[in-house]
Amino acid sequence: MSEVKEHVETEPVMSGGKPPERPEPPALGLVGWLRWSWRQLTSMKTALVLLFLLALGAVPGSLIPQIPVDPIKVSDFYEANPSLASWYDKFGLFDVYKSVWFSAIYLLLFISLIGCVVPRLQVYLKALRARPPKPPRNLNRLPGHQRFETDASEADVLAAAHQELRKRRFRVETYDGAIGAERGYLREAGNLVFHFSLILTLVGVAWGSLFGYRGTVLVVVGNGFSNAVAQYDDFTPGRSFTPDDLPPFTLTVNSFKATFETQGPQRGAARSFDAGITYQETPESPEKSYDLQVNHPLSIDGTKVHLLGHGYAPKVTVRDGKGDIAFSGPSPFLPQDANFSSFGVVKAPDARPAQLGFEGFFLPTAVIDQRGPVSVFPDAVNPALVLTAYYGRPADETGKPQSVYQLDKTKLTQFDDGKGDKLRFQLAPGQSIDLPDGRGSLTFDSYDQWVKLQISHTPGLNLALAGILLAILGLMGSLFVHPRRTWVRVRTEDGRTVVEVAGLDRGPERGLGDELDAISNILNRKREQA
Amino acid sequence: MNSATLASLSNLLVPTATVIYTLALLAHTVEWSSGLRVRKPAEQKVLVGADGAEIPAGADADGTDEPDRSSRWQQASRIGVLLTVLAFVMHAGGVLTRGLAAGRVPWGNMYEFAITASLAVAAVYLFLLTRQRLEWLGLLVTFVLAATLGIAVLALYVPAADLLPALHSYWLVIHVSAAAVAGGGFTVGGLASILYLIKSRAEAREADGKPMSAALRRVPSSAGMDAVAYKVHAFAFPLWTFGVLVAGPIWAYYAWGRAWGWDPKEVWSLVTWVVYAAYLHARATAGWRGRRAAWVAIAGWVVFLFNFIGVNLLLSGIHAYSGL
Repeated sequence: MSEVKEHVETEPVMSGGKPPERPEPPALGLVGWLRWSWRQLTSMKTALVLLFLLALGAVPGSLIPQIPVDPIKVSDFYEANPSLASWYDKFGLFDVYKSVWFSAIYLLLFISLIGCVVPRLQVYLKALRARPPKPPRNLNRLPGHQRFETDASEADVLAAAHQELRKRRFRVETYDGAIGAERGYLREAGNLVFHFSLILTLVGVAWGSLFGYRGTVLVVVGNGFSNAVAQYDDFTPGRSFTPDDLPPFTLTVNSFKATFETQGPQRGAARSFDAGITYQETPESPEKSYDLQVNHPLSIDGTKVHLLGHGYAPKVTVRDGKGDIAFSGPSPFLPQDANFSSFGVVKAPDARPAQLGFEGFFLPTAVIDQRGPVSVFPDAVNPALVLTAYYGRPADETGKPQSVYQLDKTKLTQFDDGKGDKLRFQLAPGQSIDLPDGRGSLTFDSYDQWVKLQISHTPGLNLALAGILLAILGLMGSLFVHPRRTWVRVRTEDGRTVVEVAGLDRGPERGLGDELDAISNILNRKREQA
Repeated sequence: MNSATLASLSNLLVPTATVIYTLALLAHTVEWSSGLRVRKPAEQKVLVGADGAEIPAGADADGTDEPDRSSRWQQASRIGVLLTVLAFVMHAGGVLTRGLAAGRVPWGNMYEFAITASLAVAAVYLFLLTRQRLEWLGLLVTFVLAATLGIAVLALYVPAADLLPALHSYWLVIHVSAAAVAGGGFTVGGLASILYLIKSRAEAREADGKPMSAALRRVPSSAGMDAVAYKVHAFAFPLWTFGVLVAGPIWAYYAWGRAWGWDPKEVWSLVTWVVYAAYLHARATAGWRGRRAAWVAIAGWVVFLFNFIGVNLLLSGIHAYSGL
């Protein structure tokens, strides 16, 4: 509060002007102590400290891997530094922005903000109704002080000054033989709007994280998706989200086309992604089509569908030792590098007499160099499948969910090539390989592409946006409006009117406008005319 | 002109501008150093001690002395400004032709962002120069410009090319230009704050009876520098707010499906914003005005620079440019 008063009432900011005010020592008793704490929390100095803490507290989240941003990196970190990781985890450093201490900083900051601006609002409303103040006794001590004599009457001088100041959008109050004028009320209004709008933004963000949701799903081209929690690969609901909030739309990915730079130093860089989809907003509504691109999400009833990524899904047919088809279809492989060398697995748990499993890489443009087969371009120019193979006893039905991107090799044996090495084979589309000992075969039929879609709903986003835009408007008012006071005083000495003008800039710019010169010029001109 | 001609024209203009900024830097160095020696001759109006070495303390506490117009440092200063204007014209031409060559806004990779952001610094400085005396900033500004362009040309250069799909958006124009111009303001403001600290320290020492160097005597009072620093920051801060807290999230929402995802670049943009918010608060807080606030402004500039350079080089994130 003391700071508030100071900001509103004092003279222009001078470096090292007033000595810092010492906080009062805590009074006895709980109420006194609480009041003291509240005053401390809402002081400008505390706000400043909290701002620094907020800046400092945000930093670790950019240096340490974050669970919501990149969970794989976090588990890598755990493996590399287990003891450090457990310490980090104790302090919430893997999820800084949801940690208790980070939340505490920004919540305290907002409480401090509210505690600061609410009293300021009252002060401001009072100031709005107040009359521009009387001139101080010694105008000559103020900046821009001017004194001159004129033949015009006191009343004429004051009237002319009044008119000029009104023209310059001053609020003018006439006193006995003097004028007090003030302008720039919007500065403090802007300041208050800025701070209240930040609260609005926080509410919008909080609303979105409570009631919103975000999920991703990998869809192989030609397949569909219907919006239910079970269909997602990965789903993050807000705390107050219920599955009923999901709009019942369905969509089908019909095509996908990616283009890449084919020459120059940026060869292989992506140039466009294009997914052709059809969708129905509800099971009863008509089918519509949409061209889904990066920067061009689909909006269904407030829910956004974004195209986040893409990759390849080799289509293979696995026959078992009995000659029956044990698996047939696309298996999504996950890109590991910029040229889409993609890792994945093909599982045939139903193969008999032994179950079969395959693991390896899909290479869209395969070449063989000293590292072995690698992909040198992201587009499928010369696709190849490089796999190793496993067999084992038929698995027991455990009902335990298994990753479709990993092969559980604990009970499997790797095939060898009969010469003591592990069996490894490379296939072009259309090619097949027979597994040793008549255990079956694998055919690389062709490949499909898949797209990774994000489906999300973030209510409150518009509120947060409106808050920030309002905040900027307020900020501009608080930074660019110059609050100023101007005084004119007249008295008669030896039959001539002595005029004194002076002003006070109440913002941090420390510059006076030209209104003082304008007033004296006008009055001087009047004198000349007279 | 086809795009290859434009690209090679740009590749000619940008290094030329670098060289001319360096010449301007030399001129400003002469401006600053000349006063160190030119004090002795009797032509100076400033009082000189009997032995010709001591300058009496407090002779010109506010640095408003105006020695005759033809003095050497003033010529050097004028030459420095003229060279800066010339370099700016070439620099602007280089950025423009680069954009025309690539057929898009010239800030799709780090080289382009460096030449565009430094153009913003030069523009902010020259614009302010038309409105008030600001040659005293020339030394630091030309140093920053020459260094940035030099690094861009020597270390960051990549040939003009098309953009990644995520960058195909008009928000690229809005988001990055707002951030770049605000960055230009932060840079000029940070440099003014550095000089403010130097000058106010010299003023304090002078009050204790220690002499102030001639070069520092010539530049405006620390109060005047502080006012300039504040004005530039007051211009840059709302623009930064718009660039990184409005335009950025809107574009991120379209391109990546979330408005704010705590990507390292986003984190450091917010840290930058918070530090400058602290600067504005510091200016209104007793005990923080003046030198402490100036330190906060400089901290903000360092954070901004780290966000612009360090985050891309040291931390991984999705704000990666094509070709660095």
